[in-house]
Amino acid sequence: MTCLRLTDFHPAATSSAMLADGTKEGRSGQCARRARAMMMGVAATMMTAGCISVNAPDKPIVIELNINIKQEVIYRLAEDASNTIESNPDIF
Amino acid sequence: MKTTLHTTRFSRIGIAVGAIALTMATLAGPALARDPAYEAARSAGQVGEKMDGYLGIVGGGSADLRRIVDDINIKRKAVYAQKAQQQHATVEEYAFTSGCLLISQTSQGEKYQAPDGSWKTRGAGAPERDSRCP
Repeated sequence: MTCLRLTDFHPAATSSAMLADGTKEGRSGQCARRARAMMMGVAATMMTAGCISVNAPDKPIVIELNINIKQEVIYRLAEDASNTIESNPDIF
Repeated sequence: MKTTLHTTRFSRIGIAVGAIALTMATLAGPALARDPAYEAARSAGQVGEKMDGYLGIVGGGSADLRRIVDDINIKRKAVYAQKAQQQHATVEEYAFTSGCLLISQTSQGEKYQAPDGSWKTRGAGAPERDSRCP
């Protein structure tokens, strides 16, 4: 794994890094630690995302999209939609 | 002020007349009721009202049925799009609102899509609808 040195190295604000601070650990060690911490973060994110999909595996995509539709909009449109349905009896 | 009001009213009438003319032109004649084949498919539970405001085929439909459903859904979308624009809403919002109402208006024995996505047969009681439905 490559470690991009964007800025100067400082020990990460984690307990393990803080413990290692006094030992004058080499840069490669810090890098590896950093990479490990990042991978753990990614893994945690993936696990969280997994949880969401486990909760709703059978729901069709349509419902997911409809989450963006707000109830207040639906209430505002209800009367007009009702008239539209009434005036188009052939397609409803 | 009065002139402004009149203009708005006239333009609204204009839009309404235009809408009617367009509907007539699209249907090639006045259609005041459902097509008998569509009505029969509804009663037989071969088609159902979806939550999104469009018709869905329950189970495997014939080619003829798919054609009928597609035709109706295209017409519905055209109506939704036009009305949504007038109401400054999205087509999806208008269609979803209509879906709520259409599910409420189903007759006993007709199919509708429940919030979990499954097809239900309308019974004597109220249908299962999305919590946002009016």
